[in-house]
Amino acid sequence: MSAPEKASTWTGRVRRAAVDAFPPERLLPETQPVYVASWVYVFGVLSLAAFAVIIASGCVLALAGPAWWHGSSIGHFVNSLHLWSTELFFFFMVVHLWAKFFMAAWRGRRALTWMTGAVVFLISIGAAFTGYLSQQNLDSQWIAGQAKDGLNASGIGSFFNVLNYGQMLMWHIVLLPLAVAVLVGLHILLVRRVGVCPPLPAREETP
Amino acid sequence: MTVAGFPRNPDPSAEWTGAKRPYDLIKEATVALVAVTLLTVLLAALFSSPDDKPVTVSSWAAAAPKDFLTTALSELDGTSGIASYGPPYTKVPGAGQNIIGHLSIERLLGVQIPINPAEAFVLGPLSIPAQTSLPLRAALRDYRRAGAARQQVWTTAFGKALARAQFQNGRLVRPFGPGSYGPVPILIENLFAMARSGALDGALISTSRFYQTNFTKALLFLSDGGYLKERAAQQHLLGSQWGMMNETGNYPGQAWLWLYTFWYQVPPFATSTNADAQIWAIMAILSVALVCVPFIPGVRSLPRHLRIYRLIWRDYYRMAERAPPAVAPVVPQQE
Amino acid sequence: MLSLLSLPGPLASIFSLNGHSRYLHVGWFLISVANLTVILLMIVVFVLALVLPFPNRETPQELLPSREKPQ
Repeated sequence: MSAPEKASTWTGRVRRAAVDAFPPERLLPETQPVYVASWVYVFGVLSLAAFAVIIASGCVLALAGPAWWHGSSIGHFVNSLHLWSTELFFFFMVVHLWAKFFMAAWRGRRALTWMTGAVVFLISIGAAFTGYLSQQNLDSQWIAGQAKDGLNASGIGSFFNVLNYGQMLMWHIVLLPLAVAVLVGLHILLVRRVGVCPPLPAREETP
Repeated sequence: MTVAGFPRNPDPSAEWTGAKRPYDLIKEATVALVAVTLLTVLLAALFSSPDDKPVTVSSWAAAAPKDFLTTALSELDGTSGIASYGPPYTKVPGAGQNIIGHLSIERLLGVQIPINPAEAFVLGPLSIPAQTSLPLRAALRDYRRAGAARQQVWTTAFGKALARAQFQNGRLVRPFGPGSYGPVPILIENLFAMARSGALDGALISTSRFYQTNFTKALLFLSDGGYLKERAAQQHLLGSQWGMMNETGNYPGQAWLWLYTFWYQVPPFATSTNADAQIWAIMAILSVALVCVPFIPGVRSLPRHLRIYRLIWRDYYRMAERAPPAVAPVVPQQE
Repeated sequence: MLSLLSLPGPLASIFSLNGHSRYLHVGWFLISVANLTVILLMIVVFVLALVLPFPNRETPQELLPSREKPQ
């Protein structure tokens, strides 16, 4: 026989809240609503997979530093993996966004799911932008020179200096991927918590 | 048992209690990861990635010497792009883009990354070879001691001479013709030699600290010239070429920036001196709007009107039509 | 291993996308063939995702009853 519950600890409260919000069968279900039966539903997980490849290839690039790929065949190939996984990430993410828009997937307490997804999209643009700045080639130089004008005009340029390579590299490999990862995690937990949005009515109700 | 497996008008805020189908989440994620990894490897093997060599001050001076020297002179006499840019680099009254009316965040914040163009790009770097060159040291001293008006006379005269100048074996050909140039020719010739040797690249990056990661001065100097712009134009990277979306060569670029670069192509932004500030404001508003779609009347009801959802859920609607009718619960008879 | 990591020169790609870039220019509209291809491909993939039949479409009688209890 288990001992009676003592006064709740922080740990206990966090655990109970987490298990209440995400019971295991909700977090890792083996069934899904019958209406989740269209190919448009795969683009979320495809975006996630592309993000995983971006992180993995980025980690390999980090092993030998930002200049490695200019002088190494293998390095250049890993850079190519990083570039194409980024292109795929945006490809899948935008199709996922289109699908969710046409499904009005924000219905029924799901506004935050849409909002976190939209913010991920915007932060990802920043992550890609700082990635281009980190390449150390002609593209990086030109993009930095051009972007500075827009950023300066908005006031951001004073603090987010696109000409400062060290700063841009750290935003690219630390701050922005972390922001994307945290928001993607939140986005997925929200989907698991409130479920996949059900269909719109087949026919509009006529008064 | 009631059958509510296929509600015709399900309540989106209620927990789904209708029919379910089997689902293997981990398997789906694994298949997606393998598929995307293979696709990425295929694309990387087929197409690789672009790596156009960056411009250095040295390559600039070699490839476009007149452009380099004209730019250097403009930094010296305060007529360069950076000299007249205003905040965050230089203090220029009235400079800075307006978002609307006379509202300029740029001006409000002021100079945060101070650059003195003449010192940063010409006089400062020249102090290095001046350690071992008496004529150069004297030229620097004479230039610094002269008043602004005198300096202007020298630089204006030398600017005209530079327009006619010839080059031979990587050097400016003397004489430059009649004119009051003061020490400016010595300064410019030495800067040219510094640039050709690669020393100016190093000088523009170095500070009093050992480790360097900030290329602000070097990139501002390159941006003031025409050579980097010419290389960019060849690759369709200019703003007027929808450049924000583009990549070098035939690689796909940043297609997701289409709306941002679109505004630069259309009036009034195409010719506005405040285009950057105005377009940033527009894109900030549109970005907030994208995030807030669920709350915007009209936009949030577009999916219903466009009816693409009927394609997505056609199987469900068909199943709902074919589902057995709901059976009323059997209530036991009271004795 | 270290020497392998520092092999010089880019790995030759099967199709070179460097060199003269191709653009579509109609009035003020200018887009690279590469970007246009990506955008068109996105639309094609989206439309295919909408119209292609999804496998394992069970009939209503074959579907599992709901196991997960409402909160």
